Amino acid sequence: MVKRMNKIVIENLTLKYTDGTESLNGISLNIVANATTVLFGPAGGGKSSLLRCLNRLNDLADVESVSGRILLDGVDILDPKTDVIALRRKVGMVFARPVVLPFSIRGNLTYGLELAGENRKSRHDEAIERSLKLAALWEEVHDRLDEPAIALSGGQQQRLCLARSLALEPEVVLLDEPTSGLDPISTSKVEAALHELKKLYTVVLVPHSVQQAARTSDYAAFFLQGKLIEYAPGTDIFTNPQTQRTEDYVTGRFG
Amino acid sequence: MSNFFTKNRELTQKLGFSLLTLMTLLTVIPIIGVVIYIIAQGAPAISWEFITGFPRDGMREGGILPAIIGTFYLTLGTAIFSVPLGIAAAIYLSEYAAENRLTRLIRLAIINLAGIPSVVYGLFGLGLFVLFLKFRTSMLSASLTLSIMTLPVIISTAEEALRAVPQSFRTVSISLGGTRWQTIRRTVLPQALPGIITGVILGLERAAGETAPILFTGAAFFLPRLPHSPFDATMALPYHLFVISTQVPEMPIKIQYGTALVLLVFVLGMNVIATFIRSRARAKRQW
Repeated sequence: MVKRMNKIVIENLTLKYTDGTESLNGISLNIVANATTVLFGPAGGGKSSLLRCLNRLNDLADVESVSGRILLDGVDILDPKTDVIALRRKVGMVFARPVVLPFSIRGNLTYGLELAGENRKSRHDEAIERSLKLAALWEEVHDRLDEPAIALSGGQQQRLCLARSLALEPEVVLLDEPTSGLDPISTSKVEAALHELKKLYTVVLVPHSVQQAARTSDYAAFFLQGKLIEYAPGTDIFTNPQTQRTEDYVTGRFG
Repeated sequence: MSNFFTKNRELTQKLGFSLLTLMTLLTVIPIIGVVIYIIAQGAPAISWEFITGFPRDGMREGGILPAIIGTFYLTLGTAIFSVPLGIAAAIYLSEYAAENRLTRLIRLAIINLAGIPSVVYGLFGLGLFVLFLKFRTSMLSASLTLSIMTLPVIISTAEEALRAVPQSFRTVSISLGGTRWQTIRRTVLPQALPGIITGVILGLERAAGETAPILFTGAAFFLPRLPHSPFDATMALPYHLFVISTQVPEMPIKIQYGTALVLLVFVLGMNVIATFIRSRARAKRQW
C-alpha cells in the first residue's frame, strides 16, 4: 500500500474512569488520513472510549485521569488549552442509536452551522445539499426538508445524523457502531456512504460486527480489555492475524 | 371444584374493581360539588357592575373591581420575581451543578420551603420586606412574599421538565460544537418549556389564591381607588372574601359567593390554560 499521511497520532494513551475501571491502557496508534480505520473487539474493550477521546466528548463522562498524547495534525488535543469547540467541529461524530434533534430535517442539518454563527441561507442550502448527497440521503428527502426529522425511518435518521456531522465539513468522522440498530439494506447504504466519505475525510469506525470490520476497513485495530492487541492493514488482520487472540476473535472462537 | 374457584375469583375481581371505581368517584364528587354549589350560589351576583364596579355601602353593594385588579397585579408581580429566578435556579440545578453536598442542601431547602405553612411566609414577609426593607404594606412586599412561597414549586417542576429532555440531545449538541449554554438555549430549554410553563402557572395559581402571605404584607381591608404604584397596598380577591365573610355584618350571601366564584374562575382558568399547554405539547413532542 502507498505510504500515507498520519492524520491522528495517539501516543501511550491511558484513561481511567472514576468508578475505578481502567478503560484504556497505553494505547499507541496512528490513524491514516483519507482511509477508514476500524476499532474492533469484544464489548468493553475501550473502542468507544478511544473514539470519545478523539473529540474530547469524554470530557462529559466521569473520567478520573487521562495521560498520553493525541496529536491531530501534530497538535495535542488533550492539552488543556485546546479549544474543544473548534475541535468538535473538526472531528464529527455519529452515535450508535440515531439521535435526531427535535427539529425539521433542515433544522438538524443547519444546527451545527448556526452554533458556529453561520446564518447565511445560501451557505445553509449548500451544506444541506452537499452533506445529504454524501450521506446518500438527498434523493429521499430533498423535497421534504421541512418535515420533522423524527418522521424518517431508522436508517434514514442515521444517515441524517451522518449528514448533520458532515454539514460542518469536518476533517475526521467518528462513527460508533452506526449501523447497530439498522436493517441490512440501510446498513449497506451507510457502508456505501462511508466508502465515498474516506475520499474526503479521515474515517474512524467502531463496527458492529467482525464482518463489517472486514468489509469496511483499510486499517484495523483489535482491542481487548483496554489494550491494543494488534494493528495492521485490514487485508492482513482478517486474513493473516499475527496474534493468537486476534485470530481467535476474527474466526469467531470468542466474542 | 376448580370451576367454583374460578367463578369466585372473577367475582372478587369484579367486586374489587367496583370498589376502586367507587373510591375514585368519591374523590371527584366533593370537587364537583363545591364547584356546582359556588356557581349556583354565586351566579346571581355576577353582573357587569359586579365585575367592573367599586364596592359601595360598606362593601354590601356594588362590585369587586379593586380586588380583581389587585389579585391580577399581585399575580403579575409574583411572576416578575419568581419566574426568572425559579427558571434560572432550575437550569443551574439540572444542567450545571454537580451532585455534591451543596446541591443536596439546596434541594433539601427547596423541599422544605414547599412545606412551610403560608402564614409563616406572611410573617416572614412582614419582618423582611415591610419592616426591615421598609417597602411598607404594599403590592411590592406582598408580591415578594408570594414569590418566595411560589419559588419551590417553580424550581422543582422546571427542574423536572429540564431533566425529562433526553440526555442524548445534549450529547449530540455538544458533539456538533455547541457550548453548554448554546445546548441549553437552543435544544433543552425549548423542549422543556411547556413543562416549565405548566409549573409556573400552577405555582402562580397557588399564589393568586393565598390569603395568609398577603394578610400582613400588602392586602387592604377596603380601598376606594385602584392601586397606582407598587408601593400601594391593594385589595385582593382571597382577602376580600375573608373580610366580607367574617368581618362585615349583614353581608349579603350572594356577594360572598359571587366573590368566591370570581376567584374560582380566575384560578381554574389558569389551571385550564396549564392543562391545555401540557396536552398540546405532549401531542407535538418528538421524543
